[in-house]
Amino acid sequence: MAAKEKLSGNIIQRSAIFLENIGKRFAAGIEELGYVMVLFVECVYWVLTGFRRKQPVRVAAVFKEVREIGVNALLIVSVLCLAVGVMLSIQGIATLKQFGQELWVVDLVAQSVTREFAPLIVGILVAGRSGSAITARIGTMNESQELDALRVIGINPVRHLAAPVLVGMMISVPLLTIVGDFMGIMGSALFTGTEIDMPLDVYIQRTFEALKPDDIHQGLIKASVFAIIIALVGVSNGFQVGSGAEGVGRSTTRSVVLSISCIVVADMIFTYFLNIGTLT
Amino acid sequence: MSSRGSHTGPAVSVKNLVTHYGKKQILNNVSLDIVPEEIMVIMGGSGSGKSTLMRYILGLNPPTSGTIEILGRDITTLSEIEMYDLRKDMGVSFQSGALLRSLTVGENVCMPLKEHTKLDENTMRIMARMKLEVVNLANFEDLMPSELSGGMIKRAALARAIVMDPKLLFFDEPSAGLDPVVAAELDDLILNMRADMGMTIVVVTHELESAFKIADRITILDQGEILMTGTVDEVKQSTNKRIQDLLNRRPRQEEIDPEAYLRRLLGEKDDDPDAFGY
Repeated sequence: MAAKEKLSGNIIQRSAIFLENIGKRFAAGIEELGYVMVLFVECVYWVLTGFRRKQPVRVAAVFKEVREIGVNALLIVSVLCLAVGVMLSIQGIATLKQFGQELWVVDLVAQSVTREFAPLIVGILVAGRSGSAITARIGTMNESQELDALRVIGINPVRHLAAPVLVGMMISVPLLTIVGDFMGIMGSALFTGTEIDMPLDVYIQRTFEALKPDDIHQGLIKASVFAIIIALVGVSNGFQVGSGAEGVGRSTTRSVVLSISCIVVADMIFTYFLNIGTLT
Repeated sequence: MSSRGSHTGPAVSVKNLVTHYGKKQILNNVSLDIVPEEIMVIMGGSGSGKSTLMRYILGLNPPTSGTIEILGRDITTLSEIEMYDLRKDMGVSFQSGALLRSLTVGENVCMPLKEHTKLDENTMRIMARMKLEVVNLANFEDLMPSELSGGMIKRAALARAIVMDPKLLFFDEPSAGLDPVVAAELDDLILNMRADMGMTIVVVTHELESAFKIADRITILDQGEILMTGTVDEVKQSTNKRIQDLLNRRPRQEEIDPEAYLRRLLGEKDDDPDAFGY
């Protein structure tokens, strides 16, 4: 009997601890969200008012980020989106063939690549490639007191490091998405050309007929949102790095996992709201 | 350059400074005046709060309570723009040097000039070279920080700290991690700079020898409190037991509180800041 009471007491105690942990995590999550929001506002503030205060966000720094995030990722984005285009048209033709409607593959690929796949692939790729690099860079700077050194010189780290990353992301990711759109459609065109004997010019003609400006818009809006997510998650994790080289590694992993998760969830939410008119 | 006006009174004046790290109190009611053109050494063992005190004087963290005046201006109430101006008069050399690894030594030294002045590139480079000469690092401007030795990194950091000819120079652990000869060279460098440029210099260190060599006055911190502030001789002659322990490298003989000890063993949290080595 006593043992039973002890056991139930134990269970109550454990579930109390469990609930407490959930509460703590929730509070920590809210706190981090607040921190990220403040960071975003600060970045925007520096971009808008830096010039007036003689502490501009340097254009050279922004272009350095664009080169790092965008130009250097061109090849890999092209290859991946080409592959996705080919893959989509294989699946599309296979499915549509059952209804004898394989010509519709052009519309299917055009819309799904521009609305969904190009921004998503680019977002995930940039998060893995640049998001982690940004966290590691800022994290090691934090570790070695370089951020403090910037501060005592009078250089605000948000202006000097975070704002160029944010602006660079917001330029690079949408541009990469446009490249991804093009390459995805080209991939599909190549496969469809050989599979159902559709000449390239006809394919492109049909693609233009199938695409509406809204399809491209949707992709670019998402790409901009992903850009903000990657930049903020990367930078904030860098600024909050714990002690030691281990801390940098942990933050880098966390940054990638968190930004990819946020990207996928944000993608779902935006897809729903951007298409709410067509759903009902 | 509004902050470059003449100022009488202490270069740095800390009054009743209390700081916390999380819930833990680190500095307890610290008050300290640093006179212009003196070399003030802040000493103490690991975890005494000496580096923390410097961080707060530099305005890197906001204090819980108390005031910190630098060149007559209370940095706890300054706006960001005023603080930005004041930074022109403050140079800092961090313990690890904290050179930006993505830039060359020369570019590192130029950073404050780029930020605060509108000089053209060539003038900035010449000024950086002049300061690198002062710290005996001529011809090293094109190297990356990773190519320098520990002593050279500290000297390069010093060149960056003095490139704006600040009135106040802060130096965190100049001799930590250096061999005795290089450490002695840095001490001489600090003395020379004061003689040549008339700077007020604040050095944070735990090296006794170095402190006695360069200090005009020494402040001794222990467990977040100032034990004493005085000249080298006054410190040496102090009868305070904890100061003598520090000077004679005697291990601290902490009185053991059996109850607190038991509580620690049982894993009960107590609020005793000493338990964490701060």
